[in-house]
Amino acid sequence: HEWVTSLGSQNYRLGITDFAQKQLGDIVFVEIPQIGATLSQGQPITVVESVKAASDIYIPMDGSITTVNQELESSPELVNEEPMGDGWIVEYKSSKTDQFQSLMNKAQYDEYIKEH
Amino acid sequence: KTALNELHKELGAKMVPFCGWEMPVQYPAGVMKEHLHVRKESGLFDVSHMGQLRIHGKDRVKFFESIVVADLQALPTGHSKLSVFTNEKGGIIDDTMITNAGDSLYVVVNAGCADKDISHINEKIKEFKSVNPTHDVSMQLLEDLSLIAIQGPTTESILQKFVKDQDITNMEFMTQRPMTIAGIDCIVTRCGYTGEDGFEISVPSKQAVRLAELFLATSNASIESGIKPAGLGARDSLRLEAGLCLYGHDLNDDITPIEASLNWLISKRRREEGGFPGASIIQKQLQKDGCPQKRVGVIINGAPAREGCLILDPSTNQEIGKVTSGTISPITRQSISMAYVKTPFSKIGTQVNVSIRGKPITATISKMPFVPTNYKKL
Repeated sequence: HEWVTSLGSQNYRLGITDFAQKQLGDIVFVEIPQIGATLSQGQPITVVESVKAASDIYIPMDGSITTVNQELESSPELVNEEPMGDGWIVEYKSSKTDQFQSLMNKAQYDEYIKEH
Repeated sequence: KTALNELHKELGAKMVPFCGWEMPVQYPAGVMKEHLHVRKESGLFDVSHMGQLRIHGKDRVKFFESIVVADLQALPTGHSKLSVFTNEKGGIIDDTMITNAGDSLYVVVNAGCADKDISHINEKIKEFKSVNPTHDVSMQLLEDLSLIAIQGPTTESILQKFVKDQDITNMEFMTQRPMTIAGIDCIVTRCGYTGEDGFEISVPSKQAVRLAELFLATSNASIESGIKPAGLGARDSLRLEAGLCLYGHDLNDDITPIEASLNWLISKRRREEGGFPGASIIQKQLQKDGCPQKRVGVIINGAPAREGCLILDPSTNQEIGKVTSGTISPITRQSISMAYVKTPFSKIGTQVNVSIRGKPITATISKMPFVPTNYKKL
C-alpha cells in the first residue's frame, strides 16, 4: 500500500496511500532511513510506527535513497494528514524503468482496495 | 458485550475483542485526539468490562487482608486504595481497587483476571471458613452494574452540573460517595487510570446508556470542550504517560510488588506482620539488596519500543532487562517505556541501550510519571 511517482531523471518519490494511513491509524514515528543506501526491489527501507504497530516500508524498485522527508522527524502526523502530499517518505534514484512500468496504476489500485 | 455496546457502534467506534468483551479501541477522532482531549478537557471510557464485587460479613477486613497486601484496618470509610492480590511466591495475581464502603468492601478487578480472581477469592473464603467456622465473610458479584469513567481536568465542573444533591468540589481523590447523577443513583469513586482528575461511576446497567449519552451531549463535532468518547487505545497511552501498570504486561504472576516498584502499596504494619500470600518472599525482597529486578521508566532516543524489546548494558552488550510497555508519548513526543531491569541498572539517569528491531538505541532510565499527574487536591 505504497505509492510512487516519477520526478524525472530517474528520480522517484515514495509514500504510503491514503488507504494505508487510515488502516494504520495515527502515525507517531517515522524512522529516518540512511541516505545513499542501495537496495534491491522489495527490501525494507524504513519503518512507520502507528499508535499500536510498526509497519515496514519496502522499496518497489532497485534503487538508492537520495532524500528523506526530514519534516516527518518532528511531524509524523503529516503521513496521516497528507499521505499523498507533504507526508511523502523518501526519494530514490533508479534506472529500472521496467519495474516502475509494472507497478499498479491508480485506477488499478483503487479497484484492488475495493476488492480487498 | 457491555451495556454501552450499541452506543459505541453508533458513535462509529472500531470494536475489538478484549478479554472476552467486544470493546471500542478508538472512535473516529482517533487515539491521538482522544488522548489529547482527556489531557485538556474530558473523556468518557466504558470500563464496564472490569469486575465489580462486594465483600460482606463482619470478618471481611481480616479475610481480605489475608489475600491482598493493603492495610485495610487503616482504610477509613469512604476511602479507596490500590492494592494487589499475591500468590504463594509473592507474585501478583491481579491489581485491584478496594473501597471501604462502610458495611462492605467494594472491589474492582481487571476484566482479563475477573474469572481467576473470583475463583481465587471463593477458594480463599472456603479456606478462611475451614480454619474457623464462625468466620463471617461472603462475596457478591455486581453483575447488574456498569462502570463508566470520566477523566480530565474539566470533568469536575461538568459532572457537578448533573449532581444536585451535593457539592463534589470538596470530594478528595481516592474517595467514594453515593451520588444522584441526573436522577440516577450511582456509586462514584474519584479515581482513574489516566493521571488526570476524574471519576469512575458505578451505575445500574439499565441506566448506563442514558448516563453516557447525557455526558457525551456536553460536546459534539463543532464543540471542542465537553466530554468526548475515548477508547482502549487512548486509555493505554494515557496510563503509560502516568506511569500506571497494565496487568498482563507490566505485572504478572511471576513479578512481586517489590520488583514492580509498588512498595508503597504495603504499609509499615503489613511489612512487619505479613499475613498475605508470599509475605516471607516479599519481606526478604524489602531488605537491602534483596530485590533482583525493578520496574523502571525508560526514555528512548528514537523509535517507540514494544513489549519484549531487550535492554542492554551499553558497555558489555549483555541483556539486563526487557520492555513491558512502550509508545510515543502524545504529550512529550518522546519514546516512553516501562521495563524491568536488574536492580544495579535501575537508578534514574542510568544510560542503557534498547534493542529495537535488532538495532541498539540509546536510552535513559527515567522517573515516572512521564507526564505530571493532575489529581484533585483539596
